[in-house]
Amino acid sequence: MNKIVDKEYFSDNVVKLVIEAPAIAKSRKAGHFIILRVGSKGERIPLTIVGSDTEKGTITIIVQKMGVSSIKLVNLEVGDYITDVVGPLGNATHVEKVGTILASGGGVGVAPLLPIVDAFKKAGNKVITVLAARTKELVILEKQIREFSDEVIIMTDDGSYGKKGLVTNGMEEIIKREKIDLAVTVGPAIMMKFVSLLTKKYKIHTLASLNTIMVDGTGMCGACRVTVGGKTKFVCVDGPEFDAHQVDFDEMLNRLGAYKEQEEQAYNHYIDKYRKA
Amino acid sequence: MDRILEYLRKEREKEWRVELRGKMKTKERTSLERLDMPESDPNVRNKSYIEVNKGLSVEQAMHEARRCIDCPKPTCIEGCPVGINIPKFIKKIEAGEFLESAKVLKETNALPAVCGRVCPQEVQCEQACFYTQKLGKPPVAIGNLERFAADYERNSGQISIPEISSRNGIKVASIGSGPSGLAFAGDMIKMGYDVTVFEALHEIGGVLKYGIPEFRLPNDIVDVEIEILRKMGVKFVTNFIVGKTTTIDDLKKEGYTAFFVGSGAGLPNFMNIPGENFIGILSSNEYLTRVNLMRAADPEYDTPVISGKKVAVIGGGNTAMDSVRTAKRLGAEKAMIIYRRSIEEMPARNEEIKHAQEEGIEFLNLNSPLEYFADENGRVNKMKLQKMKLGEPDNSGRRRPIPIKGSEYFIDVDTVIVSVGVSPNPLIPRSMKELDVSNWGTIKVNKDSLQSSVSGVFAGGDIVRGGATVILAMGDGRMAAAGMNKYIKEKVRNIISLVKEFNTIGDILDFATK
Repeated sequence: MNKIVDKEYFSDNVVKLVIEAPAIAKSRKAGHFIILRVGSKGERIPLTIVGSDTEKGTITIIVQKMGVSSIKLVNLEVGDYITDVVGPLGNATHVEKVGTILASGGGVGVAPLLPIVDAFKKAGNKVITVLAARTKELVILEKQIREFSDEVIIMTDDGSYGKKGLVTNGMEEIIKREKIDLAVTVGPAIMMKFVSLLTKKYKIHTLASLNTIMVDGTGMCGACRVTVGGKTKFVCVDGPEFDAHQVDFDEMLNRLGAYKEQEEQAYNHYIDKYRKA
Repeated sequence: MDRILEYLRKEREKEWRVELRGKMKTKERTSLERLDMPESDPNVRNKSYIEVNKGLSVEQAMHEARRCIDCPKPTCIEGCPVGINIPKFIKKIEAGEFLESAKVLKETNALPAVCGRVCPQEVQCEQACFYTQKLGKPPVAIGNLERFAADYERNSGQISIPEISSRNGIKVASIGSGPSGLAFAGDMIKMGYDVTVFEALHEIGGVLKYGIPEFRLPNDIVDVEIEILRKMGVKFVTNFIVGKTTTIDDLKKEGYTAFFVGSGAGLPNFMNIPGENFIGILSSNEYLTRVNLMRAADPEYDTPVISGKKVAVIGGGNTAMDSVRTAKRLGAEKAMIIYRRSIEEMPARNEEIKHAQEEGIEFLNLNSPLEYFADENGRVNKMKLQKMKLGEPDNSGRRRPIPIKGSEYFIDVDTVIVSVGVSPNPLIPRSMKELDVSNWGTIKVNKDSLQSSVSGVFAGGDIVRGGATVILAMGDGRMAAAGMNKYIKEKVRNIISLVKEFNTIGDILDFATK
């Protein structure tokens, strides 16, 4: 049982939660994630650790309302407990000084990007970050990202904030302007796919942090498997970061929809119950 | 060994045992027929999660117990990885002292109700039974009797808590709460140690919870046995991954002196054939975890599961049987086993194969998958199979399957469960670089003490064996407990002899500053 000590709404659907988890706070590094479960009938869901405070013994996560489990999590208030929290899972980001980093994050993917950007900045790199969202309200963590970036470019699909266009438009502008040593991308699989295609064109080594379906998160179930360089890899124990140019994003996109039907049913079941109550 | 034989002999010569033996002639005993385990109706049970084996009644158990002739040399015990005093617990049943019988089981076995259900007795104690060895008759149903005594005690509400030695305050840890970790914890707590069991998942029990289905081993029964360990003083910590949440070195700083690694065989193997990552193709680990641990088939629970109509399970082991029978219970119209050898070579227990056949599982033996195909949504809808024939025996002694050229054909499937073995979980080896591991990733141990290459770190179960049974893992847990006890005692003795050499406090201080 882990207590929620702080909660902040970034938008109607995106919430930041600060959770008591002293051991995880102490051992986590950029790139790590946790698995949590809300209620004794809840499912196990993976979420990236966005930050931690070792003195207070807390970790921070950012959640977007997507289905039943994320709604249950977002509905928890300060003082409530999360039934189970386990981590840190996955491998930490391999951070070193390489020169100039081009980071890109889309939607709620900006949350897992934050600790990575932070780590690369602290390692002495120049960091340029491109944030993308459908519209202005969905741009999150801009202030924090700015703190760790030398330059931030914001792209919105509708042009309501920053520049109008896709994340790749913003990135290409930078790539044409200066030499990039490493690209890092986190976001929806479809976004990462196009980021990867772009950086491949310009021969820029790129890391993608993948967020796939998981059950245990410790290598046991294989639900998270992806094809990287023609080989099957497990995101939980081999990742979550991989060489983006080697990842089969089409397969990953397909696999993310494995339980779409069941998730919709569960959602409707939940809403029905909620209405009756 | 001699001490054990001497102990067994003395136990056998106790008055009550002698008297009981005298009540019936050996010939009378051996003329009794072995009773079959009562089972639920196959067409009822394949639609529900009720237990398949119903357990023996009091009368049946007493009948079966009378068959045991209480041999002077009980070979059955040698066939038991945890060394249960088999004749004694059986004779307690014959005497009608069922609660006493359960106590005997718990002397050496932390999980009797579990073992009475899932142990492959036919290749262990019952294989070594006098009836099998010398009479060529069906052995005493030791497994069924074990289950009877454990169940009787649990249902009686008078569950005994085994005695434990006075506490020595020495902290030891088990990494993993599966069968090996629980057996280890049970022995160490009895010896007086301060035992903590760390578990990565949110529930204690490991494979007993996530792997073995309710119809073979109800989770509630596992919980009762865990509760006994808790009452004996074992501490359990869930959601804690040693090597991730904290390292073994950090735990040492917290005062833990020795560790048992029973982290299990984590990674599911796949065949690496085309199309294996289409939706609807999953490992048996994933499928069973969703249904058993996460209760995905219950709409009240949030975890989803695919309830396929045409389900193919690849493999011939117990896990494959568990998966295919689960698929049937989730509503599969066609639930098929696809295995590259014949039914005789299947590693699954005969009982599981028989139960599966009764429940309407189709067996496609001598068939091997070549490729999967999917619909426009990337969901598997077809698979290509190749027929096989048996050749010469291979290293495992089983006849090698040989593909028959030109025999390829297709079948329609909507779910495929791949159950072709597991590889050791890499988390602990990765977090301890100094640990010696084999090429397969299993931890290398001394075969007598089960100590690894790292002093004070012991290991057993699937992380050492690479994939075995509950009872072999439990045997390892017990062996590691004995090994660890010896290791710690030796350390303590060394310290004491060292201290004895000092004459004054000054000597000690001199030594300490060196």
